[in-house]
Amino acid sequence: MSFETKNIRENISLKGSTKIVVEFFEFALNSILFQRAIYPPEDFKMVKKYGLNVLVTIDDSLKSYLKKLLTQVEVWINAGKISKLILAIMNVENREILERWQFDIQIIDEENKENKGPGGGKKQRTDQEIKNEIQAIIRQITASVTFLPVLEDECTFNILAFTDKDAEVPAEWDDSDPLIIQNPEYVRLRSFSTKNHKVDAIVSYRLGFYDDPKR
Amino acid sequence: MGEPSEQLRIPQRESGKEQYLNSNELEYQEKLAEACGVSLEKRILAFNLQPPSSQKDDLRQLYNQPMKLSTIQFKRRILTSPERVLDAPGLLDDYYLNLLDWSIKNMVAIGLDQCVYIWNADTGGVTSLERTNPSDYIASLSWSYNGDYLAVGTSDGDIQIWDVLKEQKIRSMLGHTARVGVITWNKHIISSGCKDGNIWHHDTRVAQHKVAELIDHTSEVCGLKWNSNGDQLASGGNDNRVNIWDARASTPRLTKNNHVAAVKALAWCPWQSHILASGGGSYDRHIHFWNVSSGARVKSIDTGSQVTSIIWSKDFKELLSTHGFPNHNMTIWSYPTLNKTADIPAHESRILHSTISPDNQVVATAASDENLKFWRVFQNARKNEKSKNSDKENTGSVFGGCTIR
Repeated sequence: MSFETKNIRENISLKGSTKIVVEFFEFALNSILFQRAIYPPEDFKMVKKYGLNVLVTIDDSLKSYLKKLLTQVEVWINAGKISKLILAIMNVENREILERWQFDIQIIDEENKENKGPGGGKKQRTDQEIKNEIQAIIRQITASVTFLPVLEDECTFNILAFTDKDAEVPAEWDDSDPLIIQNPEYVRLRSFSTKNHKVDAIVSYRLGFYDDPKR
Repeated sequence: MGEPSEQLRIPQRESGKEQYLNSNELEYQEKLAEACGVSLEKRILAFNLQPPSSQKDDLRQLYNQPMKLSTIQFKRRILTSPERVLDAPGLLDDYYLNLLDWSIKNMVAIGLDQCVYIWNADTGGVTSLERTNPSDYIASLSWSYNGDYLAVGTSDGDIQIWDVLKEQKIRSMLGHTARVGVITWNKHIISSGCKDGNIWHHDTRVAQHKVAELIDHTSEVCGLKWNSNGDQLASGGNDNRVNIWDARASTPRLTKNNHVAAVKALAWCPWQSHILASGGGSYDRHIHFWNVSSGARVKSIDTGSQVTSIIWSKDFKELLSTHGFPNHNMTIWSYPTLNKTADIPAHESRILHSTISPDNQVVATAASDENLKFWRVFQNARKNEKSKNSDKENTGSVFGGCTIR
C-alpha cells in the first residue's frame, strides 16, 4: 500500500467516525432537552434510532440552532481540534448553572496503540458494537431523570466547546468561562468508541436538594 | 453519598477495573488541570446564539397570563380624554405636510393654510405671524433648538426664518423649485425635504445658505429627523424608502425598502441612540424598528392603520403612534415588548401631526377634523411634584407643570 492510499483510507474512516460522533451528539442533546423538560414535550416526536425510540425536536428554530451548532462541531472533530462538548443547563432568571452534561472526545491514536494501556489497542469494532454502546448511553440519559434533581424553575441551556488554541473559530462562538457548578455531584455515564474516537459522558449537578438535616 | 446516583455508576467492561472516579477526585482533576495551565493551550468557547425560548408554545403560560399579577402591576393609568381642545380651522388635510411643532419655550406653532399661529401654552395667548405674500400656503414648520426662531417651509419652495419675539421675518432661503413639505433643525443647519425628492442642508449663518444636497429619493420627502447627536439624519419619502445619512455625506449610508407606502413617521429612540422607528402609510400600516449601526430590522408591528407620526417617551419605555384611515386612533406601545399600553380613539378623522411638550408629558395632535387636542398621556407624578415645589405660584395654570426655564 502506497503512503497516499493509506492516507486516503484513514481520511475516509475519520470522516465516517466523525459522522457517528456528531450523530450521537444530535440524539444525545435532543434526549437531554426532552428528558430535562427544557422544551415542552409536545415539541418532540419519536423516531427509531440505535434500536430505541428516541425523541427529537420538531421545533424549527431549535432544529436550526442544533444544526448550526453541530455543523461546527463536526468541522472541529474532523480537524481533531475539539476535546469537550458541554451542555450546561441554567436557570433563566439568575443564570445559575444547575446541570452540566459533559462529553469528552478523545482521538484514538492508531500509530501508538501498542504503547498504551489495555484500553488503547482495541480490535476493529463492528457497527453493531458501536450501536450497542451508543444505545447504552442514550438509555442512561433517559434513566438519569430518576436521580437528577427536579428542575423547578424555567431553564435554558448553553453549549460550550473546549477546543485547541489554534482551532478556527467562527463568529458564533465566543470565549467563555467553563460554567462549572460549585460543589457538584458527578455521575459518569458509559462511553463509546469508534475506530478513531472515544466519547465519554459525565453529568454533574448541583448538590443540596437531598440534604435532610434530620438524617 | 449513599444516593441513588450510585446505581448508575457502571464499571467499564473492557478495562476490567472500575474507571469511574468519585466526585472529589474528579473535581480535583479539573481544578488541577485548570491550575496547571491546560487552559493555556485550550480555548473554552461558548455558542453565543441564544437557544430558542421554550415559552412560545406553552399554552398553559399563554392562558395563564391575564391571571398574573406582574402584568397588571406594571400597567400604568393613562388618561384617555384630552386635557384641552383647540380649534384649528383651515388645517390642510394633506399627509405630506408637517404643520405642528412645540418649542422648548413652551410655544405651539401650527400652520393653518396661509397663516402660522403660535399658541403660548403657559399663558394661553395666541399670536400669528404677519405674512406679506399670501399667494402660497404653509407646508412645514420647525422650531430652532432654543425656541427663539421658527423656520417655515412654503408651497412655492421658500424657507423663511422668523424671530418669534419680534414677530418678524429674518431671512428667506430660496432655491427649492417645489413645495418644502418637511424641515428640521440641527443646531444652525436647517434640513429641508422637497416635493422633487431632494433634501438640502441650509446653513442659516451664511449668505450662500445651501451647503449640501442629498439626492436619492425619487418622490416627495415627507419625513426628516436628526438623531439626538446630530450626526445622522433619517429621511422618508413617498417612494416608500427610508434613508439614513451621515451628517457630512451626500449619499445615504443605509437605504431601507421594506415599507410598501410613503414613510412620514420617523423617530429616534431616546435611550438607545441607534434605534430608529419608521411608520408607513395607509397601504403599509407597519412600524419598523431599525438598528442603524448594523442596518438590521429589529422589530415590526402591524398597526392596522396608516401611520402618520411616532413619538418616543423620554420617561417611560414607550412610544406613541398616531394613525389615519381606518381607525383615526392614537396608540401607546411599550418597547421593546411592543404590547399595546393604551389605544385611544383620539379624533373623528385622521390624525395628521403630533408633537410633544418640552417636559415630555403632554402630546398635541392635529387632525383633519380641524381640532388640536392635548393629551397628558405621559404623566410623570414625580416630575410634577418637583416642578410644583420649585414654582408654587404657577399651579393655577392648566399647564403649570410645563414651565421650563
